[in-house]
Amino acid sequence: MLSYFIKRVLAFIPTLIAASMLIFLFIHLIPGDPAAVLLGDTATPEDIAALTRELGLDEPIWRQYIHWFGGVIQGDLGQSLFFKTPVLSVIADGAETSLLLALMTMTWIVIFGVPIGILSATHHGTWIDQLTSGFAIFFASIPTFWLGLYLILFFAVGLGWFPSSGFPSISDDGGWRNLRYLLLPSLTLAAPNAALIIRLVRSSMLDVAKEDHVRTAKAKGLSPAKIAIKHVFRNALIAVAAAFGFTFAALISEAVVTETVFSLPGVGRLVVQSILRRDYPVIQGVILIIVLLYLSINLIVDLAYGWLDPRVSLQ
Amino acid sequence: MALLEVENLEIAVAGQSEWLPVVEDCSFSVDNNQTLGIVGESGCGKSLTAMAIMGLLEQSQVNITNGKIWLDGENLLDMSAGDRRRIMGDTMSMIFQEPMTSLNPVYRIGDQIVEALRQHRKMTSAEYRTRALQLLEMVNIPDFQQRINSYPHQLSGGQRQRVMIAMALSCDPKLLIADEPTTALDVTVQNEVLELMLDLQRRTGTAIILISHDMGVIAQTCDEVAVMYRGRIIESSTTAGLFANVLHPYTRGLLNSIPAIDSETEWLDAIPGRVPMLEEKLSGCAFHPRCSYSQPKCADTLPAALSIGESHLVRCHFAGELEL
Repeated sequence: MLSYFIKRVLAFIPTLIAASMLIFLFIHLIPGDPAAVLLGDTATPEDIAALTRELGLDEPIWRQYIHWFGGVIQGDLGQSLFFKTPVLSVIADGAETSLLLALMTMTWIVIFGVPIGILSATHHGTWIDQLTSGFAIFFASIPTFWLGLYLILFFAVGLGWFPSSGFPSISDDGGWRNLRYLLLPSLTLAAPNAALIIRLVRSSMLDVAKEDHVRTAKAKGLSPAKIAIKHVFRNALIAVAAAFGFTFAALISEAVVTETVFSLPGVGRLVVQSILRRDYPVIQGVILIIVLLYLSINLIVDLAYGWLDPRVSLQ
Repeated sequence: MALLEVENLEIAVAGQSEWLPVVEDCSFSVDNNQTLGIVGESGCGKSLTAMAIMGLLEQSQVNITNGKIWLDGENLLDMSAGDRRRIMGDTMSMIFQEPMTSLNPVYRIGDQIVEALRQHRKMTSAEYRTRALQLLEMVNIPDFQQRINSYPHQLSGGQRQRVMIAMALSCDPKLLIADEPTTALDVTVQNEVLELMLDLQRRTGTAIILISHDMGVIAQTCDEVAVMYRGRIIESSTTAGLFANVLHPYTRGLLNSIPAIDSETEWLDAIPGRVPMLEEKLSGCAFHPRCSYSQPKCADTLPAALSIGESHLVRCHFAGELEL
């Protein structure tokens, strides 16, 4: 188990190197000159050339890459061209919002997705199933920006229950109470994902329900509820676990729209703004961290498989 | 009254537009210490009959349309679902055909064996464990003290079927229904499993219904036999009585299709034709299209159940007249 874990973590390294090369290459293919963006419309060609040299952007791309990667392996993602501060601290500023948003969203996904999915499966073919499936399709289909705007309109502007935008860090005044800023955004982000989990829990459970061992459980005289949870849902969880992993990773990138609608200072918004600013080091840094996040979640999902399914041996 | 009495059982499955009868006018009984074999080709309705007794039919697709199933003097078909569940796994239990898939892959076998016990009897965890060990030992699982913590995929097919048997016996059932318990197993393992079931019967007095398509298995294990064809019992008797005096051409066909070990023939005797589809409406005796003794009368009228001798029943117009 431990040796499996170490082996898998070591396998991250070649993946990260390959990913970093691709990221570097593609970002430098984006048309537009960071120096020109930084200096604005009034800059003379001489100023731009001088700044380009200062930032090291006149060097051949392979030399820039080696320079950057040399920093990365020492834990230094470079300096933001725009903020003039270390990339790591720029990302760290957004990470609090993004992580809290993702965790809160996952909580909603589990709270709504799993029980409703189970209900839908155990009552399949009845009006309960049709109702929950209808809701699930509705929430999976509506765009998040629309849902976000309407939630703001009703709960923030109309009823005044929640703040409409921003997120003051919980280390600031207000502490954990500041989480209320994330309630509407997390619900917005959770809606389509919870809907998918409902559908997935339902279909996986219906598949498991056809298996022979469920008939064995019935023959033991267990109650339908016990069979549904202990024998059907428990086995369906193996298929659902992977979906949880990928949903969590995807939340970071999906959050871009939600963070924009709710003006949250998160990582998603940082990427978009950094692209517009041609802030290469920040974009590279964020994408590299997202790659690392995907790899880690993949590993966690695989470890979860080993735990959920005794037939899987982790070696 | 015997332990289990099935009376005029009728089962229908949902067809395209109507309910199609799959089991008709099926009556038999089993008592303590007795083994009844139900034999027939695939699709004759023997498994559905077993499921109906056990209470495992999917109501939306398969329905019991008539009849009574008496267990210990109580009609199971009149009971509420909750009362029925109190009997399932306790007073009666079932062993299935597919040992490879009938165990839940994610739980240890020790936990699965006592699951019915946990449902029906209140005990301490230590007592459940002791009982699980005792059952595993009883069904001859080697290294049972370690095996109790194994997952199903770590066991062979024969071992899994033993685990299924241990599971079915956990609450000391009065009735054990075994639906093709040895079909999926190697021939060498088949015998051990059958011997095990009979040995347990000698010790506990459980009544057994053994469902099989294999006349050899039936001959080896059962006190009484019912031969089913297309949803009806066409011949039933004590095993010795049946083998001594076969009265139905179909039963003869089944017996002839067992290859004799010392015969020189290159061809196995098979019953000509095929089992009719459910949708096909057959008048008269359902076996007449495949029967080599068929007369015009066979296609017209359904033969009544004739009682011949002490306990020999047969549904054939020419029972006793044919040279089988």
